[in-house]
Amino acid sequence: MSTTTEPAAEAAPVKTGPGAHPPPGGRNRGKRETVAVQHTAGWLFSTPFLVLFAVFMALPIVATLVMSFTDFGLRNVTDPFSAEFIGFENYTKLLDDEKFLKSLFNTAYFVVVGVPLTVGLGLFVAVLLNNGIDRARTFFRVGFYAPVVTSIVAIAVVWRFVLDPADGLIAGLASEVGLTSPDFLGSEALAMPSLIVMAVWRNLGTVMVLFIAGLQAIPPDVREAARLDGASTWQEFRRITVPLLRPTMLYTTVITTIGYLNVFEEPFVMTQGGPSDSTLTVSLSMYREGFNFFHMGYASAMAYVLFVVIMAITVLQLRLLKDNTK
Amino acid sequence: MSAARTTTPPPSAPTGPQDPKGPGRSGPSPVGVPTSRGGRLRKPGVYVLLSIGLLVMVAPFLWMGLSAFKTDRDLTANPPVWIPTEWTLEHFGELLDRLDIPLYFFNSLTVAVLVTACNLVFCSMLGYALAKLRFGGRNKVFALVLGALMVPGNLMLLPLFVLMSKLQLIDSYAGLVLPFAAQAFGVFLMRQFMQSIPDELLEAARIDGAREWYIFWRIAMPLVKPALATLSILIFLGSWNNFVWPLIATNDPEKYTLPVALATFATDPNQSAGSNGMLMVGSLLIILPVLLVFIVLQRHFTQGLATTGMK
Repeated sequence: MSTTTEPAAEAAPVKTGPGAHPPPGGRNRGKRETVAVQHTAGWLFSTPFLVLFAVFMALPIVATLVMSFTDFGLRNVTDPFSAEFIGFENYTKLLDDEKFLKSLFNTAYFVVVGVPLTVGLGLFVAVLLNNGIDRARTFFRVGFYAPVVTSIVAIAVVWRFVLDPADGLIAGLASEVGLTSPDFLGSEALAMPSLIVMAVWRNLGTVMVLFIAGLQAIPPDVREAARLDGASTWQEFRRITVPLLRPTMLYTTVITTIGYLNVFEEPFVMTQGGPSDSTLTVSLSMYREGFNFFHMGYASAMAYVLFVVIMAITVLQLRLLKDNTK
Repeated sequence: MSAARTTTPPPSAPTGPQDPKGPGRSGPSPVGVPTSRGGRLRKPGVYVLLSIGLLVMVAPFLWMGLSAFKTDRDLTANPPVWIPTEWTLEHFGELLDRLDIPLYFFNSLTVAVLVTACNLVFCSMLGYALAKLRFGGRNKVFALVLGALMVPGNLMLLPLFVLMSKLQLIDSYAGLVLPFAAQAFGVFLMRQFMQSIPDELLEAARIDGAREWYIFWRIAMPLVKPALATLSILIFLGSWNNFVWPLIATNDPEKYTLPVALATFATDPNQSAGSNGMLMVGSLLIILPVLLVFIVLQRHFTQGLATTGMK
């Protein structure tokens, strides 16, 4: 994120604060006043966001960490400060919790299968849209992006219906060719893959749009030069497009991974974690422990384990994928 | 992220001829390079592939839209019928009898409007300050915004619920609005657009003695109207579709938002058994308004996404 350093460079010439040189003459007084005004205004303009950020984000983030070391339960919702510190007990308990370990495994499954499919298909569609056609491009783009802007609840309702083994869409199509549809969401083996297919369907559009933006940033003369040198379509894709798209690829992979590690809505609305916990994800575990059983200390520990995993994987991905460019 | 900063790429800028329909320019181009964009991949194949993909993408929507008007006999027909043999509005009536749809619609709308209004003001203010005001600590504030972008929302749910209970804001609009009233991605988006305002313009206003608030409200804001449109759409939609927090922050059905009401109905087997028609109608009612808005204003979506890199 190179943008971080940008303001520093801009701000450097104008010294503020007590360390600034006193202006020698009247000519500079206006300037100094402007600086002072901007300083005050800057903080006043920042205040609403900062207050809301402090109360509804920073405080909860810290509170989750504190809660994870306590036995925070239902009674503490009305009386938070009576929760008792129990050290790392919640965390050690997690290591023996088979349900939690299963939810970790399920989440990993979702990410490992779902991310490459989403990013790969998103790239594929973006390349087709960018190179193959010029008519109806908007039409296609709107179609592929539509699931992104629609409510997960509505999507889930329709997909449950599509996947229904009795009178669902797929069951009906299968019976026409003499096959019986499996019970997608009722089968331990098929429930998770079904949710993955749904997630890919839902998130493809986001990745596609990012790749289109990345593709359009590639200077056309680079491609033209490759073509003049007689590169085939595949060679052009492999040697020109892919390397120049690396930043976008890195970015889409990272945000998709973060999103999928947090996966909650799909299993919540489609399967409630079943059958036999085969679609229980970490976020869903956390939700259940926290809001169904009110084991909030324990749920907080889950939230932090997930957070640490997400940070670790993000850092790892940034490293691995960045090194690849050299 | 800089690669994604192309906010409004001219539709055909990167490759190919300016006017695909213009027959006059169809000869070899001056440099002798084949200019046809479609020439690289075989066009019919691409169209076929994309059309199949598109069909898969929109089939569930089509199915939903058509099923909402089917009779129960058509809904359970095997093999499935796509086009209703008999069009009916009976499931609309049924759903309106069972769920107070107008109330949930109103709740969703109120929350979304309030969240959008808050973000327009607060995100623009901070975006303006970060882009155009020199103040000590600016870099730290910006780093905070970037940091906030990366924190997963699930991390805050538990204490946020406790906090809202303590503040007695469960089952209130305030409880639904406040946690989303100032979103970091909005600040980021507004900062990007505010940077495009020329400093000279603001400087001139300052020399004329204008106050900073006046400059922000009367000069900067009108100049970033397209960004404000993009931000409104993204925030409004995010709020309309938001599910997890409204699910947690409401217990009283009177305060349910549309998605929470429908999900509660759909996942309760006692209520929703045999009511597939009603569920289709409910889904259609959630999706239809945003889908229409999206189709009309889709450019703003992709623009915002390309600018901030997130949904």
